[in-house]
Amino acid sequence: MRDVAVIGIGMNRWGELWEKSHRQIWTEAALEAIDDAGVDHVDAMFVGCMSGGLFMGQEHLGAMLADQLGMGPIPGTRVESACASGGLAFRQAYLSVASGMHDIVLASGLEKMTDVDGGAATYALSTAADQEYECFHGITFPGLYAMMARAHMAKYGTTEEQLAAVAVKNHENGSKNPLAQFPMKVTAEQVMNSVLVADPLRILHCSPITDGAAAGILVPLDMAKKMSDKPLVKVAASAQASDSIALHDREEITWIGSTAKAAEDAYKQAGCTPKEISFCEVHDCFTIAEIMVTEALGFFDRGQGGKAAESGETALGGTIPINPSGGLKSKGHPVGATGVAQIRELVMQLRGECGERQVKDAVRGMSQNMGGTGASTAVHILERV
Amino acid sequence: MDSGIIGYGAYVPRHRIKVEQIARVWGADAPSYKRGLMLREKSVPTPDQDTITMSVEASRHAIRRAGIDAQKIGAIYIGSESHPYAVKPSGTTVAEAIGATPDIHCADFEFACKAGSEGMFVAMSLVEANQMEYALGIGADTSQGAPGDALEYSASAGAAAFVFGKEKRIAECEHTYSFMTDTPDFWRREYQFYPRHAGRFTGEPAYFKHVLSCAKKIMERSGTTAKDFRWAVFHQPNGKFPMRAAKKLGFEKEQVEQGWLSPTLGNTYSGSSPMGLSAILDVASPGDRILMVSYGSGAGSDGFIWKATDRIKEVQGLAPQTREQLENDPIYIDYGTYAKFRGKIRKLAN
Amino acid sequence: MIGSSRYWREVPQRYRYEAAKCTKCGKIFFPPRLVCNGCRSREFETVTLAQEGVLETFTVIRVAPTGFGDETPYAVGIIKLDDGVRITSQVVDCDVEKLNIGDRLRLEFRKVQEDGESGVICYGYKFVPAN
Repeated sequence: MRDVAVIGIGMNRWGELWEKSHRQIWTEAALEAIDDAGVDHVDAMFVGCMSGGLFMGQEHLGAMLADQLGMGPIPGTRVESACASGGLAFRQAYLSVASGMHDIVLASGLEKMTDVDGGAATYALSTAADQEYECFHGITFPGLYAMMARAHMAKYGTTEEQLAAVAVKNHENGSKNPLAQFPMKVTAEQVMNSVLVADPLRILHCSPITDGAAAGILVPLDMAKKMSDKPLVKVAASAQASDSIALHDREEITWIGSTAKAAEDAYKQAGCTPKEISFCEVHDCFTIAEIMVTEALGFFDRGQGGKAAESGETALGGTIPINPSGGLKSKGHPVGATGVAQIRELVMQLRGECGERQVKDAVRGMSQNMGGTGASTAVHILERV
Repeated sequence: MDSGIIGYGAYVPRHRIKVEQIARVWGADAPSYKRGLMLREKSVPTPDQDTITMSVEASRHAIRRAGIDAQKIGAIYIGSESHPYAVKPSGTTVAEAIGATPDIHCADFEFACKAGSEGMFVAMSLVEANQMEYALGIGADTSQGAPGDALEYSASAGAAAFVFGKEKRIAECEHTYSFMTDTPDFWRREYQFYPRHAGRFTGEPAYFKHVLSCAKKIMERSGTTAKDFRWAVFHQPNGKFPMRAAKKLGFEKEQVEQGWLSPTLGNTYSGSSPMGLSAILDVASPGDRILMVSYGSGAGSDGFIWKATDRIKEVQGLAPQTREQLENDPIYIDYGTYAKFRGKIRKLAN
Repeated sequence: MIGSSRYWREVPQRYRYEAAKCTKCGKIFFPPRLVCNGCRSREFETVTLAQEGVLETFTVIRVAPTGFGDETPYAVGIIKLDDGVRITSQVVDCDVEKLNIGDRLRLEFRKVQEDGESGVICYGYKFVPAN
């Protein structure tokens, strides 16, 4: 396997992009990555998209977007793993370069979510859970995470204040990210008084519905050294793991096993420990998710994620800054694009391009992108070379 | 007759609405309704309850008391005026849920409030004729009364199910008799949501004529009088009618009180007299004789004379009792919730 | 949202709570599977789920998916049945503000959803407080 570097990244402003179609949103991000890398072509492309069919009535995105890029015959592959689609698209791109199959590969993610109404969007997202044995009974994604939150609160004493602290921190970080969908700051009081969606989760505990895309260019590290004059960022680990799709089939409702397993593999590949990670972009689709993920990644002991968030350990300048980009919560969550946007933040932080939200002395960044209630997880570690 | 009841069960939804709640909305005088109809409150089905769900629950209770393998049930007849589908049987869903498919005969009956006793009659007749070992007869309804109509104070929900067989009977059937004429006192046309009724015409020439005639003839044919019965139950469109019928037939209050559920249950239509019978079986002693007379508009009455056996005491505690379900932990709702539950609010079409 | 064949296929589970028990290690799967994820055995026997259990966690849905809007607020929980199997289900006939983890529940047969006003009615299990 060859060492792989990320030499180009692209992303547009996320939000409710009423005037832009998925073709335009995706192509803008892809072209920005291509220009950032300074390449004139790519050999293959992967696009992560959760549900082109349900959100846009459009499947077959691999071929369609390869054509939009003006690169006609290259292999275009769409990757799906619910909200982890982007992370897995990046992993597939990584594997195709590492294996020697291709040299210059575009990894990308896309979701256009606002062309359907709220009920249809809720339904489309719910297809990431077990349709016959969870969704049939009227559960939603906020509902599933709410059940995890309630179980975590009951088992470990996690509080509403601790959940709110995650939202406050991520909006604070997002306020420094010019591409974030909701860059406004929020207070704990605002979070705890916002409207209930699924008890105990309120609207400000939830990531939003977003249109957006993100992209990156991967090449062999040796080639990158000759091509790029920017600080080099290499992929130190790419790991993926699975768990039961239904939450009720997990051994522990309060533990995200797929993330723990992928992280364990990633630390082994990178030859590092959680303490040696400079910062981490995690899948905070709901505030409780960030708390549970930081535990599964080994940053905090089981049950301590809430306290850590509340005490500022995960803030910029804390012991392990989590979601310096603002996370899904503030930056937005166009599901298929999220995993690739996390990689973009890693590359920017490691290059030192993040301005106000720059993590000091960032040498090794981690991303964690998960599908459903954690049935699938992709974990990546990127390092400054 | 060799056949009779070997298991019985009832189901009462937990939600209730009081007469005052309905009267307040329509500017009616609650005390006079309560006095006139002898109704205090009625059961209300939640949107996830219908004739099928209540029939399944009542049948499970009945099968538990019968102590039989559901695979041996040869027929299921559900009487209701609120089958959830206009076309598609309720019986097959119930049969599937209780594990009685596929060697079974199913039919859905409709005869206003008499459909339940009719299902019982046909189920028992097939057992009596040795066509099958066991058969299940069910009366169930989530009946509707038009907003503001007198029926709205009574139309309620509930179910009762009876397993018929020849062995291990808990109540023998001594006699049956039915009395029918064509009398248009209450009806619902195809595609109409609410039934219509003919006001006071539903009384003397309809309910009382059929119930009293049926009761008199079955007693005459069996050589019995009111004194030969420990218990009696008549169809209960409200609280008043069955009490008046009982009095005219010479029954005392203590004979009818146990099965007189309507003051707090309302009129469960096809479930009405069958549920009353279930409440009586809950307390009956061996040897007790029970008169049951149903009534369905249109019009007719089915009469049955039951006699409890020694086995009755063994099964009473095997499943939830009827009055226990009626009296324990009701959830009271206001008219707005009731209107939402019963689909009476016009909403945006999907 | 739900076609009749898709609904009908699950009838043994939704109406009669049929599960598969691994004959080798005893683990119970609901719905049935072809391979035991505990011991990889492919031999199963059909069993019926326990119909009472304890509420392990729950939520109250305030923003419902299409088809459930009339029911809000409604509770959905994960119930650990007495045979150890966990299932997701609505919890009804209760005050959603007074539900607690650890509440004892029992199963009832209810309408779970319907495909609009003209489509198939889908029945199945819900849980109610066990008295």
